[in-house]
Amino acid sequence: MPSQSRRQVRSPMAAPQSFLWSRRIFLTLLAGFVLLPVYVMVSSSLKPLQDVSGKFQWIPSGLTVRPYFDIWETVPLADYFVNSLIVAGAATVCSVTIAVFAAYAVSRYSFRGRRVFTVTVLSTQMFPGILFLLPLFLIYVNIGNATGIALFGSRGGLILTYLTFSLPFSIWMLIGYFDSVPRDLDEAAKVDGCGPLGALFRVIVPAAIPGIVAVAVYAFMTAWGEVLFASVMTNDTTRTLAVGLQGYSTQNDVYWNQIMAASLVVSLPVVAGFLLLQRYLVTGLTAGAVK
Amino acid sequence: MTTLTAAPGTGERKARENSPGAPRKRRSGRLRRIGLPYLLLLPALLLELLVHLVPMVIGIVVSFKELTQFYIRDWSTAPWAGLDNYSLAVDFNAPIGEALLKSFVTTCLFTVFSVGLCWLLGAAAAIFMQESFRGRGFLRTLFLVPYALPVYAAVITWAFMFQRDNGLINHVLHDQLGLTDSPPFWLIGDNSFVALLVVSVWKGWPFAFLIIMAGLQNIPREVYEAAALDGAGIWQQIRRITLPSLRPVNQVLVLVLFLWTFNDFNTPFVLFGEAAPESADLISLHIYQSSFQTWNFGTGSAMSVLLLLFLLVVTGAYLLLTSRGRKTTDA
Amino acid sequence: MRRIRAAAVGAVTLSLVLTAAACGGGSSGSEGSNEQPKTLTYWATNQGANLEVDKKVLQPELDKFEKQTGIKVKLEVVPWSDLLNRILTATTSGQGPDVLNIGNTWSASLQATGALLPWDAKNFEAIGGKDRFVESALGSTGVQGQDPTAVPLYSMAYALYYNKKLFAEAGIAKPPATWDELVAAGKKLTAKGKNGIGAEGSNLSNNIHQVFVLGKQHGADFFTPDGKPDFTSDGAVAAVKQYVDLMAKHKIVAPGNAEYAQNQSLSDFAKDKTGMVLWQTASATFKSQGMNDDEWGVAPAPVQSGKPGTGTATNSMVAGINMAVFKNTKNIDGAKKFVKFMTSDDEQVILNKAYGSIPPVKTAQQDPAFNTPSLAVLRETLATSATALPQVPEESQFETVVGTAVKELFADAAAGRPVTTESVRAKLEKAQQQMPRK
Repeated sequence: MPSQSRRQVRSPMAAPQSFLWSRRIFLTLLAGFVLLPVYVMVSSSLKPLQDVSGKFQWIPSGLTVRPYFDIWETVPLADYFVNSLIVAGAATVCSVTIAVFAAYAVSRYSFRGRRVFTVTVLSTQMFPGILFLLPLFLIYVNIGNATGIALFGSRGGLILTYLTFSLPFSIWMLIGYFDSVPRDLDEAAKVDGCGPLGALFRVIVPAAIPGIVAVAVYAFMTAWGEVLFASVMTNDTTRTLAVGLQGYSTQNDVYWNQIMAASLVVSLPVVAGFLLLQRYLVTGLTAGAVK
Repeated sequence: MTTLTAAPGTGERKARENSPGAPRKRRSGRLRRIGLPYLLLLPALLLELLVHLVPMVIGIVVSFKELTQFYIRDWSTAPWAGLDNYSLAVDFNAPIGEALLKSFVTTCLFTVFSVGLCWLLGAAAAIFMQESFRGRGFLRTLFLVPYALPVYAAVITWAFMFQRDNGLINHVLHDQLGLTDSPPFWLIGDNSFVALLVVSVWKGWPFAFLIIMAGLQNIPREVYEAAALDGAGIWQQIRRITLPSLRPVNQVLVLVLFLWTFNDFNTPFVLFGEAAPESADLISLHIYQSSFQTWNFGTGSAMSVLLLLFLLVVTGAYLLLTSRGRKTTDA
Repeated sequence: MRRIRAAAVGAVTLSLVLTAAACGGGSSGSEGSNEQPKTLTYWATNQGANLEVDKKVLQPELDKFEKQTGIKVKLEVVPWSDLLNRILTATTSGQGPDVLNIGNTWSASLQATGALLPWDAKNFEAIGGKDRFVESALGSTGVQGQDPTAVPLYSMAYALYYNKKLFAEAGIAKPPATWDELVAAGKKLTAKGKNGIGAEGSNLSNNIHQVFVLGKQHGADFFTPDGKPDFTSDGAVAAVKQYVDLMAKHKIVAPGNAEYAQNQSLSDFAKDKTGMVLWQTASATFKSQGMNDDEWGVAPAPVQSGKPGTGTATNSMVAGINMAVFKNTKNIDGAKKFVKFMTSDDEQVILNKAYGSIPPVKTAQQDPAFNTPSLAVLRETLATSATALPQVPEESQFETVVGTAVKELFADAAAGRPVTTESVRAKLEKAQQQMPRK
């Protein structure tokens, strides 16, 4: 941390009081806004069902940890969690890899069809996703019938779908990050005997790590939270969390306390992962400093 | 946008490509160089074709068909409807067209506010946190929490808080602060627009924060130092260096935030359930209702195609405007 | 530009090829086959407290079936939130379960898709005959005059649940039998600072169930005999207004109920905040909300006057679950055997007992388990005074548009805006224009 903070010093001049106070006030308010629902989740997850469905209280009158045990009984939460992890993880890795290649091509080569490619990729973000649902399902079923690869109902189909959801934005974002990496760097690498892919992986990717991490986080969260496609493309063995959590609101009852407890439990590993990745979000400074 | 970004470098690149990168095996090397970009694009292209473009084309075909529950079992039997689906959707004097128009206007308003606020919060937080201070790491993690929660969990928690009789919001506004005469509704009626906006911003701003934070890393420190030597204060540095440097990131960020917010389905669907209140009836939910719940996919597709056209025009105009502005600053 | 066009042409061609192929998929094997006689896939609905409870109830029975027939049934309990979309995708693609449960009000809508096996005389014979089933339950299995598209599995009916403690406090001696009595009782409860009756104003299907019954009581159907929407008749308008007036005029429904859609009214009831609810088989929910069985009572749902019966004395819709077979199943004989098994007397008693519902099979109804005071009311209602929702293909559209109209009227009432005959008629008029044109 100390070496990092030294790098972060932006100017020899100390920041004026007006800046420091605005920062304090703004960040405090923002933290409050972010924390409010989190507090509600934590406190509600510790209340018995009768209390949760009653008037809100800042300080819960009766605390219980029962919901944290009940969540595993009401729905197979662990299975859903594993499914989500596999689907979102695989989609992220594939999406980022494919996007790195595509962005490299667009950023470093001029070739016929470049503009068509970028515009087409962007246009896919404009059609409301819900209308993809049925045609996509049909396509998967037909691929399944033709080739024997079961895409619908399997994790594979969902991975494929999610990775393409995040692909357009990842490509666009990475093109921007790659463009900002000085060309002299990969030229120098090529002179040193690296092939085009060598230049990509030895020079450009390391220099664009913050961007790649940001894009990866985005790809992961897209797959992690998607509800609609998951609801029709999965069955009870492949169901993901985003859909599985709805299992706590049944026809007869809404187990508010369990919803909150389960959400917290499944979000904890993700937040922890973010914590680890944070480091990489700022390492880009080093890359910039090479210049 | 990307083409424009690359434009200044094109000449330089041409020269570079002709220069002998690898002196041995020059001919096969050149062949590979010409083929390489296409090879690199191929996986992305194939997947986009499969998951986005082909379904989109099917959607456009369907918009000219009368695809109701009588025909969904075998789409080819659905009769052609000509422009009927479209005329139904744009007949603003009849309830269906009128509702669509209303929903469209609502969505536009909602998108402008939501994207604006998301960007503002994200940019402000990222800039304030550019410099190290105690607790920065903690705050950065905290700010990503809304993003790390599954959408369903986050939105259902807000729905829980927005309940009229038992929710936290009214508990504070009405019971504790006494700002209102009677507890207002948030999930039905006119306030639902505000509720939707709050949830959308809460969920969306950390993404802007993340992207802008990553973008800030690429601003070389020397630039700030030079400015500081020239006597620029911190506010001036932000205005003169940080914000202009964020331009390329912002251009993409604002555009995708706009597209996502405009097409957002999960948030209103979880917040309001199957029928959103009129004042928060976003277009994607509206189309979902007009197609899935009523099993009339022809009309739903026609509405989607209209939406696609609108977004194409807006995006085109946006890219033109922002890149023109960019060129002048570059010059 | 030329390249864009070329790309577009390519995409169009590809998609047309794929759609053409897709269409082949949907219609194959239209009458089912016996290619896979040893397995079945079964989509069950969520009937118990949660999905796991359902699995625990059903799995032993499926094991029993496997022992009898050697057919292995693969069970998936599909949450209600996903069920209709899952059926829709299954219908479109031809990739679905062999046997599935459907909400009985969807029968006619799903029948129109042609994806489900019609239960003609021959098929009914295979499961022991049509006359084993209760008449009212059969009324909700598809369009009148066509072969049913599904077989009744569980039946439910609406009844008036009342909170004994609150009734005693308000000095109400017996549960109301007519709407006037209900309003009077509601006002007594309101005077004590409690809510009269609960409503789920934002729950579209619940709204439909309530106004449909009231419509019947006003002599109105929401569809003409030849199946055209008829939402704006005087009777229909009066019915919707009467329901919303419980909040708007009589003020015996708390305004907050306008946003209820997740059974909050039941939890208010269990917490002694609300005196009455009109609900179907609510006992399990009360229990899980911490209410003992002796704290609530149950009575037939109210009518305008006199006693519940047929016609304008209807006091409930026929609620329940039907069982259907997908036409393109690869185990048609096994599917029928499974339906026969699930509708057999023994299984009917076991399953309906577990779920607190009423068997739609006459002989199974005789079991003493369905003669408890609370279930007897439901059974009696089903037998004598329940009517099926309109059996028209557009039923799901009807639920959406009219259910939304009622939701909006509740929102108006809750915000203190007047709800008049004109405003009700205008909302229903708008709903009717949103129905597909024929």
